[in-house]
Amino acid sequence: MPRYDDVEVGTELPAQAFPITRLDLVRYCGASGDFNIIHWNERVAKAVGLPDVIAHGMYTMAVAGRVVTDWVGDAGAVESYGVRFSRPVVVPDDDAGALLTVTGTVEDKLDGGRVSVALTAHVGEDKVLSRARAVVRLG
Amino acid sequence: MPLNHEYIGREYPASATYEVGREHIRRFADAIGDPNPVYTDPEAARALGHPDVLAPPTFLTVLNFRFALEGPIVDPGLGLDYSRVVHGEQRFDHHRPVRAGDVLSVVSRIEDIKDAGRNELISMAAEVTDADGAPVATIRSTIVSRGTAARKDA
Repeated sequence: MPRYDDVEVGTELPAQAFPITRLDLVRYCGASGDFNIIHWNERVAKAVGLPDVIAHGMYTMAVAGRVVTDWVGDAGAVESYGVRFSRPVVVPDDDAGALLTVTGTVEDKLDGGRVSVALTAHVGEDKVLSRARAVVRLG
Repeated sequence: MPLNHEYIGREYPASATYEVGREHIRRFADAIGDPNPVYTDPEAARALGHPDVLAPPTFLTVLNFRFALEGPIVDPGLGLDYSRVVHGEQRFDHHRPVRAGDVLSVVSRIEDIKDAGRNELISMAAEVTDADGAPVATIRSTIVSRGTAARKDA
């Protein structure tokens, strides 16, 4: 785990890119219990005006959060995590799927050995999460 | 049709407790592609000072679906049309990590309903407590009801 004293405002977390495929969404349906049809059925997704099947917002949030938990190691150090869903992640029916790119930057040092991390999450040029922030307790 | 703003403040206690199991945590961690051993290996979790494996920070979303048929979203009195609903914001405040063996109770509450242009925003908060009644997490979400705001020019 990074030490609080070694972290400065502006410290960048290792950025990551996560491919998201249809199979990932089906697995997340089963694990979360969210079987909303727009996350696995192209016919229904298009019928309600979406360009294609879209990822669960909560799946995107969970995957993006890995930039924080991979950095700290102990996922129990995450005190809070919040996001706004700004655009849907469209997942085409091919082997590549969508590529979610996530960065994280320490934006504030708080009391109690805690830091606030600002995350960005994009698919191509589209910002899919905004106001994504986590507060983590460092050693 | 605008939502029923008299429902602001209404609470929805879940009818049963939710027991967090190691295998459900494992399946959730697999589904988000996260190999962190703190989710699957009790020894790794103990080495970090936790009594059992932890759940990922967004795991508590499973409560929404476990108790989906008794929450505000399907309450006919609120008047929400699920086909118009978009997830706007989500936040988890963890008072302590969720771990295998927890027996959780949850009470959801409609915090606010307000207009945002032609849409309505419904803010909800769910308080999650453990078997001793101690706070575990607060889950906040905002959902968007598209196009249901009362017409200002009517």
